[in-house]
Amino acid sequence: MLLSIRSLTKRFPGTLALDDVRFDLKAGEVHALLGENGAGKSTLIKCLTGAYRPDGGDITLDGEKISPRSTSEAQELGIGTVYQEVNLLPNLTVAQNLCFGREPRRMGMIQTRAMTRQADAMLEAYGLDIDVTRDLGLYSVAIQQIVAIARAVALSGKVLILDEPTASLDAREVEMLFEVVRGLREKGLGIVFVSHFLDQVFELSDRVTVLRNGRHVVTEDIAELDRVKLIEHMLGHALETEVDDHATPHDDSAPKRPEMLKFRQMGRAGVVHPFDLDVRQGEVVGLAGLLGSGRTESAEFLFGLRSGGTATDTDGDVPLDTPRKAIAAGFGFAPEDRKTDGIVADLSVRENIALALQAARGWARPIPRAEQARLADMYIERLDIRTSDAEKRVGELSGGNQQKVVLARWLAMNPRFLILDEPTRGIDVGAHAEILRLIHELTAEGMALLVISSELDELIAVSDRVIVVRDRRHVAELTGSDIRTDTIVHAIAHRDDIGEVA
Amino acid sequence: MTNPRLLPLFATIAIFLVACVICYIQFPFMASTRVLGNLLTDNAYLGIVAVGMTIVILSGGIDLSVGSVIAFSGVFIAVLLRDTNLHPMIVFALLLIVTTAFGAAMGGLIHVLAMPAFIVTLAGMFLARGAAYMLTIDSVPIDDPFFEMLQKAYYLMPGKGRLTLIGVVMLITVLVGMIVAHRTRFGASVFAIGGGEQTAKLMGVKVAQTTVGIYAFSGFMAGLSGIVFSIYTGSGYPLATVGTELTAIAAVVIGGAILSGGAGYVFGTLIGVLTMGLIQTYIVFDGSLSSWWTKIVIGALLLLFIVLQKGLLRLSVARLSGGTA
Repeated sequence: MLLSIRSLTKRFPGTLALDDVRFDLKAGEVHALLGENGAGKSTLIKCLTGAYRPDGGDITLDGEKISPRSTSEAQELGIGTVYQEVNLLPNLTVAQNLCFGREPRRMGMIQTRAMTRQADAMLEAYGLDIDVTRDLGLYSVAIQQIVAIARAVALSGKVLILDEPTASLDAREVEMLFEVVRGLREKGLGIVFVSHFLDQVFELSDRVTVLRNGRHVVTEDIAELDRVKLIEHMLGHALETEVDDHATPHDDSAPKRPEMLKFRQMGRAGVVHPFDLDVRQGEVVGLAGLLGSGRTESAEFLFGLRSGGTATDTDGDVPLDTPRKAIAAGFGFAPEDRKTDGIVADLSVRENIALALQAARGWARPIPRAEQARLADMYIERLDIRTSDAEKRVGELSGGNQQKVVLARWLAMNPRFLILDEPTRGIDVGAHAEILRLIHELTAEGMALLVISSELDELIAVSDRVIVVRDRRHVAELTGSDIRTDTIVHAIAHRDDIGEVA
Repeated sequence: MTNPRLLPLFATIAIFLVACVICYIQFPFMASTRVLGNLLTDNAYLGIVAVGMTIVILSGGIDLSVGSVIAFSGVFIAVLLRDTNLHPMIVFALLLIVTTAFGAAMGGLIHVLAMPAFIVTLAGMFLARGAAYMLTIDSVPIDDPFFEMLQKAYYLMPGKGRLTLIGVVMLITVLVGMIVAHRTRFGASVFAIGGGEQTAKLMGVKVAQTTVGIYAFSGFMAGLSGIVFSIYTGSGYPLATVGTELTAIAAVVIGGAILSGGAGYVFGTLIGVLTMGLIQTYIVFDGSLSSWWTKIVIGALLLLFIVLQKGLLRLSVARLSGGTA
């Protein structure tokens, strides 16, 4: 075994990012590492490359225990990484990038010609015949990606980690990249391949390891798996016990609710194929799909973050060209990345809760301090936000409580349509159940919700209707007793039977 | 297809040549080695300090202290030669140690405190100017036989133009700057930091050492420029060279370097300095134009280059999305 990881643990405040994870990499294999956002893939990789120090567990490379403290130390040990965003310098020439730090010199002066020859030789092995004296930034991302691989292999040469390398490449470029990766596999490198494109995983990998919620789920030969099984592993059944108590009964005799909003032709070619959506009062619409399928983009169209399509309610047109207008129309959006898009970490709980309401009133009509405090205290109690008081910095709260603050902010606006993108990501199990309970309370009051989640069980538990997104298209709509794990997984997995499942 | 990063340099050279032609058409007498000699001599101190500034700007930084450091240098030399019996060469060596250490200290602060170079060197600007005032508040003439020899050292070019010592020092400095920036690992690290500090770190650039080195280099060049300026004026005056740092920045930008760092040529800076000098010479030859026209033309040139750089950026972005493989 080239690289082996045993009981790796990494803790962040409020969450356990990696929990007793194991991972093995043979020389001469491409090993795919899969999992939804927050599953622990990137934490695992950062532990390998020295960006994070693990809290427990062992990493063994070539039979020797290692604990890299920095990226360059990991490189020297033999672990090279290529990221989705090329980590080279576009303002230097290809040759300078390839030879950086190891330039051939005479009397302290870099020998440009020798460096060019050296760079040409390095790229020859990859079948890349380009002018290495031109700036790297002038070449396509695919070529930059291969240059990055060439540099990583030349520096490290044992383990190559490819972190979403294909995310910004087109099909032809992906094939070119894969040829290079296969060549390196022949040479005996161990390659870790992180991607959320399942087709590519099946095309390239020898083995697959799936992580979910920071835990190791399965490691298997790719030949043993099909898409359905793989997706089941990724989306999982982890929460069955917690969610059952709050489950929405799925029978076909559900009462017809009054219509509230009609969205028509939302979306734009290349982002999400235009879709129609009707939302009824008190209804929970679930959006299921893998990472990158277009589910978050769908939500962004509905909230006016991206423009395209029209919306109407019982009173007529609802303008949706900016989030500001969407908020005025009674919409709310709790985004996926809470830390960067949701909370303002340096402001207090009170200020965070009052934020959206204040924005809606305009700066000229500040909300009185007493009113803010009343709002904050009310929601702290109602949502059971665990904080010492309303003046605590939100950044100091745990993930689940931060999420509740974001929810409180929107609830203070008294919205009629609230979009929750991954509301339970990175939240411990207790808070998880509470958020599901809240969703039920809200809909009982007539609010409509759109919930996006990677946890199928959670979606099934809360949704009255589930829409499946795949390849940037809404491909199926499941209602009533059709809302089951197997139907959703099939709709996500199958490529050529659009509409059949619904 | 040429490398687009060369385009600003070509533009600089083209503008310089056009300026030369305009000058020649108006005043044919300007095409003489006398004018050339004066151009080099008059702009020697600016050229030297601009080489240091080029390295700083290539790394994405800025050094606002250099004008004050030049003034400090002049005063330091004049006062030391007046009050002690030290040989000028020893005074020069002492001065260069002081200004280099001063630059290194600023570089260290910029790195350790993770402060913008703008603020740290702004503090340096006031400190150096203040230090110059502490030494003297008057203009101190330099009266030293060795100094006089330096002032009078020149090579008589054909056509009776004088290639002075300080002009030669400037040309050598540019040559050294070109080698440092484009042919050494230090230079490669400077470009790397200018391209992106995080990435540079990942590629193994020793960011701390390089940052200290960059500002130490600029400090050294400011000191050298101060020596040249004191030879040029024959005195030390604490109020001298106010705003020279900005003129140097202008020369670097007109020379084709990008203010955000990572792209540019030391040779371009020389052309930038000469272009600015040429405009001044033109105004002197004309006789009726106010010297403020220099500033106006320099302002216009700066604007032109900023627009040019934005255009180039668009061009390379467009080319990228077009998929040049």
